[in-house]
Amino acid sequence: MLTKSLKNTFLVIVLGILISACSTTATKTTKSTSAGDVYTGTDTVQYLTTGVADRVFFGTNSKNLTSAAKVTLDKQAAYIKSSKISVVIEGHADERGTREYNLALGERRANVVRDYLMSKGIAKSSIKVISYGKERPASKESSALAWSQNRRSVTVKSK
Amino acid sequence: MKKFYLTFFSILFFTQASFALVKIDITRGNLEPLPAAISKFYMEDPSKFSAELKALKLEKKIPELISNNLKRSGLFHIIDPKSYIQSPNIAHVKPTFQDWALIKAQIMVSGKLVIDSKKRLRVEFRLWDVIAGKEIEGLALFATPSSWRRISHIISDKIYERMTGELGYFDTRIIYVAETGSKTQRVKRLAIMDQDGANNKYLTLGNELVLTPRFNPTAQMITYMSYFKNLPRVYLLNIETGMQEVVGDFPGMTFAPRFSPDGKKIIMSFAKDGNSDIYSMDVATRVVEQLTTHPSIDTSPSYSFDGKYITFNSDRSGAQQIYVMRSDGSNAKRISFGEGLYGTPVWSPRGDLIAFTKIYKGSFYIGVMRSDGSGERLLTQNYYQEAPSWSPNGRVLIFYRETKSGKSEIGGSSSLWSIDLTGYNERKIKTLTDASDPAWSGLLSK
Repeated sequence: MLTKSLKNTFLVIVLGILISACSTTATKTTKSTSAGDVYTGTDTVQYLTTGVADRVFFGTNSKNLTSAAKVTLDKQAAYIKSSKISVVIEGHADERGTREYNLALGERRANVVRDYLMSKGIAKSSIKVISYGKERPASKESSALAWSQNRRSVTVKSK
Repeated sequence: MKKFYLTFFSILFFTQASFALVKIDITRGNLEPLPAAISKFYMEDPSKFSAELKALKLEKKIPELISNNLKRSGLFHIIDPKSYIQSPNIAHVKPTFQDWALIKAQIMVSGKLVIDSKKRLRVEFRLWDVIAGKEIEGLALFATPSSWRRISHIISDKIYERMTGELGYFDTRIIYVAETGSKTQRVKRLAIMDQDGANNKYLTLGNELVLTPRFNPTAQMITYMSYFKNLPRVYLLNIETGMQEVVGDFPGMTFAPRFSPDGKKIIMSFAKDGNSDIYSMDVATRVVEQLTTHPSIDTSPSYSFDGKYITFNSDRSGAQQIYVMRSDGSNAKRISFGEGLYGTPVWSPRGDLIAFTKIYKGSFYIGVMRSDGSGERLLTQNYYQEAPSWSPNGRVLIFYRETKSGKSEIGGSSSLWSIDLTGYNERKIKTLTDASDPAWSGLLSK
């Protein structure tokens, strides 16, 4: 027979476990995900400065900027303006396409980012563009997740 | 070519009537390989041979190379030399055809090595029809100790030609990209080798990324793309001198280069403000011509064998497809209409077909279609493969594959493969390192 105090302790312990379990699952789902085809996670992402991610991601064969991408690029534009740096935009593609077409696709993606940054007031002379096609993957696995991490435009500070 | 001065004379061209009873039709699929015996060659008067020459053992090496070539074509079955009854010197003069028929040979190749009065090495071979009991072809070639591999390839081509009615493809070279290192730190170098994998040589050091090398018609120049100084551009490389120069003066990325069939022009893509169009440049005058003016990606151009048309890859319809236009850029027409995406179109040297890469439902295919888009035929399917290149006789395609890669260092390896037009005889080509982006030269002896 359980005394009342024992029952209460037991309840507290069970509740405690349940609550901690909930919080663990919450953090797991935000770690590595893709919405549709576009990578929305933070693995492989680096930062130009605190809070300013250095890259945006694309869907398969696409050059469209998602709203999340635009948020990132707005922050990049603000940082570039305030720090007066010059940048190089690198365009990349995943490995699931032919090599030459991917070079062109990388170029397209880099230019879409350049055009957006210019529309936010960055001077053309501060931005250079280079495509690496599928030659420089960020993630070396062959999986849908890795491919989505490789479809990207990365903004790099010019030397 | 290189400094091996191949003084080759075809003297003694004994061509008999070409009504051999044995003939190979290479357009049919599922062929029974023709049983062939390649006899050891014999040295006439070995005392005349220098010790250095004797050490090369050409009487064994030359027929070995010929056997390997013919075997790899998938069209010949080479009968084990251990079962040969007749000795090489008699076989070359007056073969006893019953002896060869006994071991089931339908053709036999015999040969002789001679040091002539001027101390030159002469290689003679004879091709015999065992069933008809007569000689099909005979040829003599002068060689130096360093050119014996090319001599063997030339003889292989002669045999192939006689038996199939088509030009051969053994006296050729392959240019490709040699790859080493992990997937995220790949080192790529231009490499060249004989079609059978011998004489492998690296042409660049690996300090910068190099891609998609292609030969000019004389196989003395290569055009390719390089990221030298972090500026992606098309370059020209002279194989003999090693000199490299950038092609044109483009203010942006140029890529996907190819020579025209007469070697006078380079055709390529130029990317401007995110858009890639096709341009050509005259190698001598450096005059540049823009051939496509479309806001879509236009790339992977390839001339037809007569230089009158260009096939290329464009996504102007919304997705990657194959187009054909006149070589002045006019009259572009889409020719691929199947399901999936199409890329890397390349026109056959025979003019009849365009080979391509197709991506459909997560698989990659190498296929061919007629230049009007009809008769699409897929030859092979794989997790990842692309970029076919034609042998000079338009009968074999070389391409590359890459395997899947996992979290660890395993996988992600690339290799060269070849397949016949019939879809048969798919085989891996041995290279010293991983390899990609192969391109086939024309016949070196033309």
